Amino acid sequence: MTPIKILVVEDSPTMRQFICFALRRLAGVEISEAADGVEGLKKFSLENFNLVMVDINMPIMDGLKLLSLIRKGPFNPKVPILVITTEGAQADRDRALSLGADAYLTKPTPGSIILKTVKRLLGIAD
Amino acid sequence: MERPEAETPQVPDERTEKEEERKVFQRAQEFLQIFKKGAEFTQELLRINEKLRYGVARLEEENHDLRRAIQPETAIQDLERRIQELVHEKEELLEKYTGIEQENQDFAQRYVEIEEENNNLANLYIASYQLHSTLDYREVLQIILEIVINLIGAEEFALLLRDEKKDKLLVVAAEGVSQDEIPPITIGEGIIGKVAETGENYIRKDFTSPETTEINNPLVCIPLKIKEYVIGVIVLYRLLRQKTQFAEVDYELFTLLAGHAATAIFSSRLYSESERRLSTFRGFIDLLTR
Repeated sequence: MTPIKILVVEDSPTMRQFICFALRRLAGVEISEAADGVEGLKKFSLENFNLVMVDINMPIMDGLKLLSLIRKGPFNPKVPILVITTEGAQADRDRALSLGADAYLTKPTPGSIILKTVKRLLGIAD
Repeated sequence: MERPEAETPQVPDERTEKEEERKVFQRAQEFLQIFKKGAEFTQELLRINEKLRYGVARLEEENHDLRRAIQPETAIQDLERRIQELVHEKEELLEKYTGIEQENQDFAQRYVEIEEENNNLANLYIASYQLHSTLDYREVLQIILEIVINLIGAEEFALLLRDEKKDKLLVVAAEGVSQDEIPPITIGEGIIGKVAETGENYIRKDFTSPETTEINNPLVCIPLKIKEYVIGVIVLYRLLRQKTQFAEVDYELFTLLAGHAATAIFSSRLYSESERRLSTFRGFIDLLTR
């Protein structure tokens, strides 16, 4: 069985653990974690991920910048990207979606919703 | 007109007569044969007729028996009974179907409840795990902030700890509001002071947040307690715009924070204090043994 590789880019260790806890319910999942946009971009360029989850507000490089770089970059630019953020304004959502995000979730969100959205993006039956 | 001459009758001779007799006899024989065949055929017809009569009689008898066996009233009664049985069977099946449907709904409802419970437990587990993952005081404070932002969904809030010497609450961390805006709060005074005094949670009835944050009009106050002693208060002023109400898990998180955040802060402070003292002692011993 081919593993499902997911990159979680989130500066809060609590939130990272929360997301990983939800994702581990997926069979055959391999999770890589990054604490900011730069670390996330570095890890993204080294592996072929099936999905990327990013927070917006992060130190060094924010999630929108990372999202933009992935979409414009030469490596795996069509990877599904899920944004999970505290920013609940419609303008923030529109901005992320216009930059190429495939889904946008606002915190706090239950683990089951995260899992459901990830499954939808990966085309896995619920 | 000339009349034809009359024929003179001829006298048959003996030979011709015999011949005639023989012919008559032969015809009589032939007729007798035909008659015999007719008699045989008639006999045959009579036998067949007899057989047919017998067959008809038997069929009539069978028909009679069948008619007697299938009386119209009995047949209708049988059909009515069968219809009743089928109706009863249908009702039973419908009842079973309703039962199964209800069971299915119960399972679906239970699934949703378990899923929610699972989410809640995950939140509590992670909050608890993170709170006790370090003995560094600053890290503990940061983790409390992360829990309040990411798991509860607060936008503006502050963490106040009790100053034993002054018996006041002093702000040690805040998000969305400036620490300078929050003055020291005397125990027992105002909403926050009373929460610190009583150790009871405070949740404002009116959830709508005012345009500007009022320091003395918080939305939620969670006392941080070790047993019954309050060491501090988490004060929430405003929730994130997408968070319109508290969920069941939020109240669980308040309870968890009240106990676990307090012990985590207390332990990390003790650890920091002992580390500081150890460092002082080491320096002192180094000075003596030099």
